Amino acid sequence: MNKIFEVPLYPYERSPDQDSATSVRHKVIVVGAGPVGLAVAIDLAQQGVETVVLDDNDKVSFGSRAICFSQRSLEIADRLGAGHKLVEKGVLWDAGKVYFDNRQVYEFHLQPDKGYGNPAFINLQQYYMEKALVERVRELQADGAPIEIRGQNKVEAIGTHDDHVTLEVETPEGPYNVEADWLIACDGAYSPTRRMLGLDFDGRVFEDNFLIADVVMQADYPTERWFWFDPPFNRGQSALLHKQPDNVWRIDLQLGKDIDPEQERKPENVTPRLRAMLGDDVDFELEWVSIYTFQCRRMDRFRHGRVLFAGDSAHQVSPFGARGANSGLQDADNLCWKLKLVIDGKAPELFLDSYSRERVEAADENIRMSTLSTEFITPKSDMSRLLRDAVLDLSEHFEFARPLVNSGRLSTPCAYSGSPLSSADALNGPEVTRPGAACPDAPLGDEFLLPKLAGQFTLLTIDADAPDSLEEGGVTATRLALSVKDDLTLELKRRYLGDAPSAAYLIRPDQHVAARRDTFEENAFRQAIRRATGKE
Amino acid sequence: MTDLILTPNLDNADGFYADLVAAHDGLNRHDSDALNARLLLILANHIGDTAVLSDALKAAALKET
Repeated sequence: MNKIFEVPLYPYERSPDQDSATSVRHKVIVVGAGPVGLAVAIDLAQQGVETVVLDDNDKVSFGSRAICFSQRSLEIADRLGAGHKLVEKGVLWDAGKVYFDNRQVYEFHLQPDKGYGNPAFINLQQYYMEKALVERVRELQADGAPIEIRGQNKVEAIGTHDDHVTLEVETPEGPYNVEADWLIACDGAYSPTRRMLGLDFDGRVFEDNFLIADVVMQADYPTERWFWFDPPFNRGQSALLHKQPDNVWRIDLQLGKDIDPEQERKPENVTPRLRAMLGDDVDFELEWVSIYTFQCRRMDRFRHGRVLFAGDSAHQVSPFGARGANSGLQDADNLCWKLKLVIDGKAPELFLDSYSRERVEAADENIRMSTLSTEFITPKSDMSRLLRDAVLDLSEHFEFARPLVNSGRLSTPCAYSGSPLSSADALNGPEVTRPGAACPDAPLGDEFLLPKLAGQFTLLTIDADAPDSLEEGGVTATRLALSVKDDLTLELKRRYLGDAPSAAYLIRPDQHVAARRDTFEENAFRQAIRRATGKE
Repeated sequence: MTDLILTPNLDNADGFYADLVAAHDGLNRHDSDALNARLLLILANHIGDTAVLSDALKAAALKET
């Protein structure tokens, strides 16, 4: 049986654009059919924005690559109509063990508090994520949505103009020219779009090499994340074991500096390393092996006129904390509703700079967090290692040291602090729902809150009066009226009210809080809508 | 919030100092360094307050703040 990454999912087909005498103009062209590009295209198409995705390949990504998808990514995927497939296929995990030398020092549980529609994390091969998104594209096409994927369409040249972008695209049947009002570059860390436009991508390069291997094996280890510091089978280095669907296990072994990647990649060198880790009595088969070093860097800004960068093309982090694909999906989430407002003339073009402003803040947070993890996992000085080892030794005996152990701080959505789109906080409420934060989910009887906040501005009231809708400058916020009585577990109260008796929230289409007060006050919320749409 | 105390505050200064030195008896350099590191982390956790710890880091660097 062929692996799904060996089957063309969007094989090349000739487009009428290739036979047009003049360049055809599209509303949006997305470069790259990875998770981020597909998410952008689906989001826009769901809002009726005509979108063409160009990819130089015709298959989902080879090998597993990203494997940890966060709760926020699943919430975004829900809004895109693909979340349920991911959760059904994915491996749920919420526990982990930390080993130091030859002993387990402690174990942990993620998000012990209940009351979320999606799990804290799932493990899923990136190719399943892409496959689910491609299937969603096909569903949208069947419903007549304006979305198209063109395989084996490689962008060779880009011309930028004030109000559009021109592209030269290479195909198996020769080149053609095409245009777009907007270009979204989701073409990865080595982004050809970024290179063709001569844009910077600065940051820090780390020298440690890592061996990453996906192995197929029948093993009855529990579904947990296991992380080793300085284990006997990889002395002085680190190791990670994580389960994926289909009995595929992700193994990540730090190899240190000054190694020969070509040699280390060879199966005859990889197998003994894995054998030392897994023991002699486990049968395994290599699915995918790669040797990597990593960088933490980002573009100075993610918008350059009519070209917007999202995902790895705009920012790159170390793998610790699952902050790559997850942050890319949040880029898509942040961008699409803004682009829709600009395309509809309901927000000024400059409004899109807020995409860069907010997602640069998120990228910096991700880079900072993953750099701290990197320092803990691969200490850069003798004293750094001594302190790291002291933390690990203490963590075996004393609970206080466990929060200091850093084998990756798992991705959480960035709360945009001081965003120009947020209004000043006017509720004495919980920190988790302050303006700029992503709304945490909450139970509502048999249902959940977040699916009710999907894709439009929402005026969420909890035990507060308000009109059914509020329209300001062509943007309508629709009321969702709730009461603390709707959630007997009291999570809604805990996450959205705290000690306040009532609250009114303005929630953006990407489920981030734009404004909140203890009661609805019309002028304040009109102003909040203007701010959240770049008009104040 | 308490300020970092930089005036005498130990109940038994001589006794503590003797205990500190004695704790390192018989340890090699690496194990001694490791003990100091663990002690530092235990004390830092006991203090907890970010501002006090930040002032302590500056005071330990022997630079005027």
